[in-house]
This record gives sequence, C-alpha cells and structure tokens, in this order.
Amino acid sequence: MNRITKRLQETRSAGRAALVPYLMAGDPGIASTARAMHALVEGGADLIELGMPFSDPIADGPVIQAAAGRALSRGVSLDTVLDILVEFRIHDSSTPVLLMGYLNPIEQMGWRRFVDASVDAGADGLLLVDLPPEEAEEMYPYMQNCDLLPISLVAPTTDENRLRLIAGVARGFIYYIAVKGITGAAHDFDMNQLQSRIEWIRRHVDIPIGIGFGVRNADIAAQCARVADLVIVGSALVELLASQKDETVVLQTAQNWISELSLVMGRE
Amino acid sequence: MISMFEPDAKGHFGNYGGRFVPETLMAPLQELETAYRHFQRSPEMQGAFRSALAHYVGRPSPLYEARRLSEYAGGARILLKREDLLHTGAHKINNAVGQALLAKSMGKTRLIAETGAGQHGVATSTVAAWLGMECCIFMGTRDIERQKVNVYRMRLLGAQVIPVTSGSATLKDAMNEAMRDWVTQIDHTYYLVGTVAGPHPYPEMVRNFQSVIGEEVRDQSQIMPLGHPDAMVACIGGGSNAIGLFYPFLETKAVALYGVEAAGEGIESQRHAASIAMGRSGVLHGNRTYLLQTEGGQIIETHSISAGLDYPGVGPEHAWLHDVGRVHYVSIDDEEALASFHRLTRLEGIMPALESAHALAYAERLAADMAPHQTLVVNLSGRGDKDITTVSTREGLEL
Repeated sequence: MNRITKRLQETRSAGRAALVPYLMAGDPGIASTARAMHALVEGGADLIELGMPFSDPIADGPVIQAAAGRALSRGVSLDTVLDILVEFRIHDSSTPVLLMGYLNPIEQMGWRRFVDASVDAGADGLLLVDLPPEEAEEMYPYMQNCDLLPISLVAPTTDENRLRLIAGVARGFIYYIAVKGITGAAHDFDMNQLQSRIEWIRRHVDIPIGIGFGVRNADIAAQCARVADLVIVGSALVELLASQKDETVVLQTAQNWISELSLVMGRE
Repeated sequence: MISMFEPDAKGHFGNYGGRFVPETLMAPLQELETAYRHFQRSPEMQGAFRSALAHYVGRPSPLYEARRLSEYAGGARILLKREDLLHTGAHKINNAVGQALLAKSMGKTRLIAETGAGQHGVATSTVAAWLGMECCIFMGTRDIERQKVNVYRMRLLGAQVIPVTSGSATLKDAMNEAMRDWVTQIDHTYYLVGTVAGPHPYPEMVRNFQSVIGEEVRDQSQIMPLGHPDAMVACIGGGSNAIGLFYPFLETKAVALYGVEAAGEGIESQRHAASIAMGRSGVLHGNRTYLLQTEGGQIIETHSISAGLDYPGVGPEHAWLHDVGRVHYVSIDDEEALASFHRLTRLEGIMPALESAHALAYAERLAADMAPHQTLVVNLSGRGDKDITTVSTREGLEL
C-alpha cells in the first residue's frame, strides 16, 4: 500500500489529523535537508512535503520564493532533490514523502523519467502547483500506475463542476488552499467558512482532505485539525529553518515547533 | 474566422498554449473566457470597442511609404504601419482599451498589469483613468531605473507603480507578481495582460484585439499591385504587435511574414532575448511555449537594449507558427537596432521605439533582396521618445 494512504488510515483510526511540514530541498543546505526531515519526523511529522525549487514560483509568497532562490543558488536540481530523498530513506522507510513543485523542470527532465526516478528514490506523491487536471490527462494515469499519487488542489474559487472533475482524478488526499492568495499569506481564518467548504468537498470525495496556505501558528493548526484530515505548514517552518546559522540549533528549534503543533493538534 | 489558425477549446496552438495555473486561477479564467465570448458576440460591446479605437485611440493609423528609407535600402518599397501615432504612442493601447471595456462589463473595479518598457503600463494606466478604475502596475526595479519617464507618466495618470524586487527584477518577475496579486484580490481585480502570452484565453484574446492592425493594412493595401504586400516584418517580445499585423494574412500564403527577436549582444553571447532561436519548449506564466532556460528548466535572465523585447518567452501562437513554418523568425542585435533607430530618425523624421527598430533593421536587409515593384510593410509599433535616455547613455551623453 502507498505510504500516504497507509499513514492517513492510521491517523484517521487514531482520530486525529496528520501533521505535514513543508520544507524546501536544499534549504537551509543540501547536506542538512535530510537531517532536517528526520528532525521533523522526530518532532511528530506524519508526512513530509519536500519542495522542489523553481525560478518563477507564482503560487508562492516571499518566504518560499526566497528559499527557492537560495536552493537554486546552491545548485539544487531535480537530481539533487531525489538524492536528498534517497538519503532520507536510508534511515526512514515509513514516513510518506510528497514532492511539490512546478511543471517546467519536470518537463525538461522528461516527466516519465522523473516519475520513475521519484518512485525509485522513495517518493509517494507528487503535487505540481501549475498542472491542473485538464493538462494532466496522460501524466496522472501514468503516475497512478507507478503508485506515485497525484495530489490535487482545491481552492476557494473552485466551483462544483471543477470539484467533480478534480474528484475524478485526485488520489491520496485533497489539498485545500485555505485562502485566496499565495503561500504564507497573513490573513484571518474564518473557521465557519472553512468548515463549510471542507464539508462541501467531503460530499464529492471520499479521500482525506488537508488544509494548507497560511497555517502559520499552533492556534490556527489546532483549529484546522478539528475540521480537516491533514494540516500543512510551510512558510512559517521555512522561515524558521532559515533563521539561524547553527544547524544543530535550527533543527532542534524546528523539531520543538513541530512537537508543539503536534501536541495542540491532539496527538496523545 | 480563420479556422486553421484558431486554438482548440483548451487554448492550445498545436503543442503550445493551454492553461497551466494554480487551481485558484482556473475558475476566474473560465469566467473570463465566458465573458470574452459574450463580448465577441455582442454587437453593443464590439461597437463600443470600435468607437473607442476611432475616437479615443485615433485609428485607423496611416500606412506610410518611407521613400528615403526605401531608397537607402535599395530594393522593395518599404511602408510603415504607423502605430507610433496612436494615443500613448504604441500599439499597446489597442489591447488595453479592449480588455478594459471587458473588465468593466464584468463588474471589475481594479486593473492590474505587468510592464517592462513601461508602454503597456502607461496604456493600462491610461484606460484606467479613462474608465475611472483603480490601477496597479507591477514593474521590476531594474526596469523602473531605466524607464523613469514612463514610471512618472503612470503616476501622473493615477496608477500605483509597485516595484518588483524578486528574481531578476524585470518583466518576467513583474508578471509573476501580477499573477500573485490577482490570486489574492480576485473578486474585484482584472489582470490586463499586455501581450499574447499567459493562460488561455489571453493569447487568443489579445491577438484578436490587436488584429485591427492587420485588418487595416489589408484595407490599405488594396491599391498595391497584388492587392496585398509581398512581405511584412514586426518585432517580437511576447509578440502582440506582430500577431496583430500577421493574423489577418495567415491564410494569404503569398505574403511572407517575418518576426524579429532581440539578439541583444549577439545570439551566441548568452545575453539576448531570442526565445524561438535559442529556447526550448517549456511551461511558464500559464502557457507552454519556447523559453530561454537552463538544462534543468530554470528560467534565465535575458538581455536586450529594448526593455519591451526583454522577455524569456514568446506567445504560444508564435511558437506554433514557427513549428509549422508559416512565419520566419529571425533576430537583430542591439547595435543593428540602434543603427536603424538613427537611420529612420534622420531619413524620415520619424523616431522609432527601439523595439520597432529591430523590425526596421531586418526590413532594410530584406528590402535589398527584393525587387523595386515589391512592397514590404513594417510594423512601426511604437515611438522612440521613451528611449532617448537609453540611446544617449549608450552614446556617452548625460541629458
């Protein structure tokens, strides 16, 4: 069974939401990324989202843009991302890893080649922000055959027709974008509205639903955990990881923060 | 109207185009497409557009025979399509007027746009003032530095100019930032894309608004021996002035079409903006097209003396017209464009935009290989006043 599916069954049985931290491959450094991933798991991460840097990330706010820029200036390529994953898998064969990025670098590598290599490296899902289902008619079925789950986005602007289309192709879980905006947006969560959107999505899909974009502190994470099956934290963690030079201190701080989120989200 | 040259239902021109955007933008793009189809069918909306082109923009623009330039080139008769004479001084206004009317009809109250040279920013600020709409222009800090006069023009027109510092701080980054703003304020904001790029339906829609250029040339060339020109030349950044001129002639195979990319410091120099000549197919800014990129698919910085051509991609329809061989894509470097800028100024008393000077430079060369009875139309897409600081700095003069 795919690690994402398996893990989400476990968290559902435990009656809690899965905690999903996002970090950018190659930031704070190429050598430290796999160690950071282990620290996040140690802190209570159920699934890890590993960002693949792109020069023109239109869905990302300043924090993740800057992280992508730093990663690229360190020479991070798709091969580097997969090497990091291979390194992570040496010591962790159970935590699911979802790759997240933009289509162009993957097209340049050849998307079939990339999908095959990702599976070999130990990836469990792939989320391409700028690849809507309409443009993925060949790629999604190929990914499914390889057991690399195509994770789909649903937005506040998504209407009923589009949700049906997305429901038909989405696997693993639905990634609900909590805000009309970009990653790391500072905005007020209207929990009632969010809850009714999640309930609306649940009427159309039978896979778990995650909430991401703007989940920047423990309080918001705890609220999201009450209505969704996964809670995704990105910019706040990326900022934290970039905040200090000393790797040991940074990783410990990140781990502590994830533990704090994990606690307020109801882990026993 | 010309079925073979229309995109499919998902906005694909052959392998290019499409709609590659985050989910948040998918429904708004569908809404835009629906509103635009209504705009196309509505005699009232079309009438408002035509009337604005005539009375606000100043169309039709003349097709002027440049006799002294033709004599210099020594071959075909060179005719200039005078888009430089339009309100705000460039073809950009055609599209800005069309999309602003569409935005208003959709109930939007705020226009946003990206700009490189500032011409599209000025055109958008202008139509925002004209229709009483709020306006926000995204511009890279490097472009703000080299186009100070246009920045001030936009502010005079009431627009807010937002400096973009991310990435290379030029046009592509301004486009990224405009898309991010659009996602954030989608309810009342309309993104007025300035060229024939971006997600469907922008490439098709902007082309249609700009095709008034070619339609006029078709009417104006009835008196030519063939009833149409033998060849046409236009510069290509994203490619809106070129497609506007070419589109009504795509099926008239006897008209040879030439798109001129910016070779910057030379096509082999790594410092150019020739996406078709030197790029590979990829996905950026919502569409698949030819892109200047690294082997790993990261977009690279471009260079041209002309800020309006300084973009790492090209409209998807051009990518396709290149592949099917209907349009010939060539390139002209900074020095050649600069020489033509001076030549047209001295020989005809017309100062061209540095963008248009790329088309002129190629046209001079092409005309020399043609017969004296043949005709060659050049799209003089904009006037050169905005570029005099660039030219003087280049020649060591502080104004």
